Amino acid sequence: MSEKDMSDSIELLTFQLADQEYSLDIMSVREIRGWTRTTPLPHAPSYMKGVINLRGTVLPVMDLSERLGLKPQKQTDRNVIIVVNHEDVMTGLLVDAVSDIIALTSEDLQPPPEMQSSGSTNVVSALTLIDERMIRVLDLSSIVMSVQSTAA
Amino acid sequence: MTLEILAVDDSRTMRDMIRLALLPAGFNVHTADDGVHGIEVLDGIEPDAIITDINMPRMDGFGFIDAVRGQDKHRATPILVLTTEAAPELKARARSAGATGWIVKPFDPSKLIKALQMVAG
Amino acid sequence: MSDPNDPMAEIRASFFIECEELLEALQDGLQSLDDGDDDPETINIVFRAVHSIKGGAGAFGLEALVRFAHRFETVLDEVRAGRMTPDAEALKIFFQCADHLSDLVRISRDDGDLPEDETANLLTLLNGLLGEDGTPEDEEAEEEEIDFQPAVLSLDLDLGGDVEDSDLPELPPLEDLPAAPRNKYQISFRPENELFETGNEPFHMLRSLDEMGDCIVTCHTDKLVEFDALVPEQSYLYWTVELESDVEEAEIDAAFEFVEGLCALEISQVAEETNPIVLESDEPIDDMPGELALEGTKADATPAPSAVSLKPVPSAEVSTEDLPRTVEVEKPTLPDTKPASSTTKQSSPAAAAKSVVRVDLDRIERLVNLVGELVINQAMLSQSLESSGLSPHSDAMNGLEEFQRLTRDIQDSVMMIRAQPVKSLFQRMSRIVREASAAVGKDVRLHTQGEGTEVDKTVIERLADPLTHMIRNAVDHGLESSEDRLAAGKSEQGRVNLSAAHRSGRVVIEVSDDGGGINRPKVLQIAIDKGLIPEDANLSDSEIDNLLFLPGFSTAAVVSDLSGRGVGMDVVRTSIQSLGGRITITSTPGVGTTFSISLPLTLAVLDGMVVQVAEETLVLPLNVVIETLTLTNDDVEMVRPGAHVVRVRSGFVPLFDLGKELGYRDPISDYEGSVVLLIAHEDGSRAALIIDSIQDQRQVVIKGLDDSFYRAPGIAAATILGDGQIALILDASDIISNAICATGSPPAQSLTGTSA
Repeated sequence: MSEKDMSDSIELLTFQLADQEYSLDIMSVREIRGWTRTTPLPHAPSYMKGVINLRGTVLPVMDLSERLGLKPQKQTDRNVIIVVNHEDVMTGLLVDAVSDIIALTSEDLQPPPEMQSSGSTNVVSALTLIDERMIRVLDLSSIVMSVQSTAA
Repeated sequence: MTLEILAVDDSRTMRDMIRLALLPAGFNVHTADDGVHGIEVLDGIEPDAIITDINMPRMDGFGFIDAVRGQDKHRATPILVLTTEAAPELKARARSAGATGWIVKPFDPSKLIKALQMVAG
Repeated sequence: MSDPNDPMAEIRASFFIECEELLEALQDGLQSLDDGDDDPETINIVFRAVHSIKGGAGAFGLEALVRFAHRFETVLDEVRAGRMTPDAEALKIFFQCADHLSDLVRISRDDGDLPEDETANLLTLLNGLLGEDGTPEDEEAEEEEIDFQPAVLSLDLDLGGDVEDSDLPELPPLEDLPAAPRNKYQISFRPENELFETGNEPFHMLRSLDEMGDCIVTCHTDKLVEFDALVPEQSYLYWTVELESDVEEAEIDAAFEFVEGLCALEISQVAEETNPIVLESDEPIDDMPGELALEGTKADATPAPSAVSLKPVPSAEVSTEDLPRTVEVEKPTLPDTKPASSTTKQSSPAAAAKSVVRVDLDRIERLVNLVGELVINQAMLSQSLESSGLSPHSDAMNGLEEFQRLTRDIQDSVMMIRAQPVKSLFQRMSRIVREASAAVGKDVRLHTQGEGTEVDKTVIERLADPLTHMIRNAVDHGLESSEDRLAAGKSEQGRVNLSAAHRSGRVVIEVSDDGGGINRPKVLQIAIDKGLIPEDANLSDSEIDNLLFLPGFSTAAVVSDLSGRGVGMDVVRTSIQSLGGRITITSTPGVGTTFSISLPLTLAVLDGMVVQVAEETLVLPLNVVIETLTLTNDDVEMVRPGAHVVRVRSGFVPLFDLGKELGYRDPISDYEGSVVLLIAHEDGSRAALIIDSIQDQRQVVIKGLDDSFYRAPGIAAATILGDGQIALILDASDIISNAICATGSPPAQSLTGTSA
């Protein structure tokens, strides 16, 4: 496989959030875990579900729906936590359900239309169509980074 | 069959160096940190020769030699004194305490070995 | 030198570690002397420290270090011998020399540039000390130092050929011997009784001669008395030796070096071969040790091999190959007790190896983490075994108990690896005080307390910089000038205190001075001038004091070159905070200023109280919990709406609901039956926290919470419980401070009066 092929080919983990389809670059996903009870952190923003024990380390978990401004997740057994790594910081993202892993090239991705009006951070970095379903590709850094800034 | 040596010095560096100098030459080296410790270690061994420093806490070299010579079985055990100065009065004092000979620090390994062989074969 | 397998590099490294210990002992000793200690052992310790550094330095050819240490030692020896009594000035020089010695050690270790000017300067001072006391060292100084020439050791473990070559250059290679020009010596050797008393052995000397060339040894037995008259401790035998060798006479002398004065010895060079009566013998020579010769019963046998033609033994002293053989030949009759006794001795090298093993901190870190895992796993195992309904007397439960004990022991041991007394840190600070006070021309004395207080190594290392800055500040800004002090009716000598103590499960380090206190109007003005606070700001004294911690604040009207190094107290505070610590300041005008640093004891484990609040499990550091109470409604008084106190014996303590403070629930209205923990606040005051129940008291492993993600107020860290759940570890002081701020409730101190 040539270098060009490498850079062009992307694998995305797709998952459900409030009946919509989102995805993350699989390279940033460390593992997927079933839902376990979190230990809540005092006075934390509501999307911060708390922390869980990930094989001996303390993993903060956030409700991704709430983080994106969607309605909070109703907790069911199908809920899963996607453990992602961003700049060596591990974070758990609570989602409704994981759907699939899809492979595509960068040409299949298109930038999201500019929507200045929305004051929120642009967490969707690209859009793509799979079987006539729109899949939003999330920009992990803006999800995690802006948490850091609000926490500061 | 190797020579058993007891080296008594409060400096770890010196003990290490004595060990390093003597081990390759086939000596079996025991060490102690000061005179008191030296007497303790001596209890379990039969050294062919003893090397001791003079300036040590708890019991100095002179006291140690005295104590060793006081033990009947070590009346004739060769004892070499490690000294930084080749001052005659130091030698005289070491000898009157019962030391067999002396080695001037910093010692050359071959000189140490030679001195040991001079007194202990 | 970088080769980890090079034994010399290894010893060199360990020498420098030893030097650190010796320097510490030196500082300690000097401090004791300075405090008026006149125990002779104190000066001995000081002397020995310098002496040992010199000794080791000599072996590694660290000439500058040797020279300086030698001169220092010479002066100390004068003190030790009672020929000199150091006055304050001399002690000051000793301290400077100790500092310089420590510099030289580090420079030598790192192959840095030698501070020759300073060395020369201090040597002059030392010489001055000697000169004034009329010791004749000055003249001989140079000569005397030549007496101690550093000889660089080249220890080669492969003692095969190299050393043989380098050793004894005066001995030509064996094969050349016959061809070499030869001298003939006649040696007469008659031991005195004392020779044997010092453990010397004529045989070894004779053998040394034999190794020098062709040798004919004649033992004279004519002085031997009748068996009945033999005195075991007397010397009856004497020897004449004819030696044909190319060695110089000095080398023959050297063979008798140790017995000089203990024997009648004559060495003469002869022109022609004489023909003494020789009794050739092939008898093994090992039957001839002096001790045997002295023993009456063996006296008959001993003279028998009276003259021995010794076979040339290849220079045994340098060859490992030869040595075992030599030994075998010479001591074939040695009893077999040796191997047996050598096994009993095996413990002694281990006992003597009180030596230091240098371990990469990363490895310890890994060990600490693994032990943490072990503790958690053990807790999980305990929990599942306990819930399995096994009999407490079953093997499994007994084993579990043992396992718990072991885990605890391992954990303690591992933590001990990292804990170090703050002493080394404090000693560094005493140097800072000396240097800083000299730089600003103030007479300052540092008093230390609690040097033995142990703190995690990482904490100690990371404290050095902030503490240095605080000490410099105290000397430079805290203390007044001598004139001002005298004018204020204080002693001319300023005082800086440095103390460490364990308090409320933390380490508290205090730096205080007896200076003029913080000049609050000036501080306020500077802050206003620099735009740090609005001009009309109305600040309390303590708020003004805390302005010092603002970034970019500098109090000195003229920035001195001492503490004006672009580092402010804000940097100090940041460093302390990064260690999980807090720094506070108190100051009284005219009396002095105290900075107090409070740090976590360890970064790894905690004795915790596991409690339940609003269905959450939380951990409190056990040692902040003074006692537990169960409330009745009568115990609680309302100060004003939202602010309650609880009566504890004769005093009132502010009462907070932990569940509410953490945002887990609304404040409870009915206090009847509530469980309350009485908490010691860092400033010495107390507060009471309402919880639902106490679950357990046990050691927990501290797991860091990633602060960059979200820093929860009142939470210090987290831990993992036996069921795998995470429990938060509370920072009780933080919670109480926040709660006091929120309610405006005054701290307990002002309410409790004398009740504590």
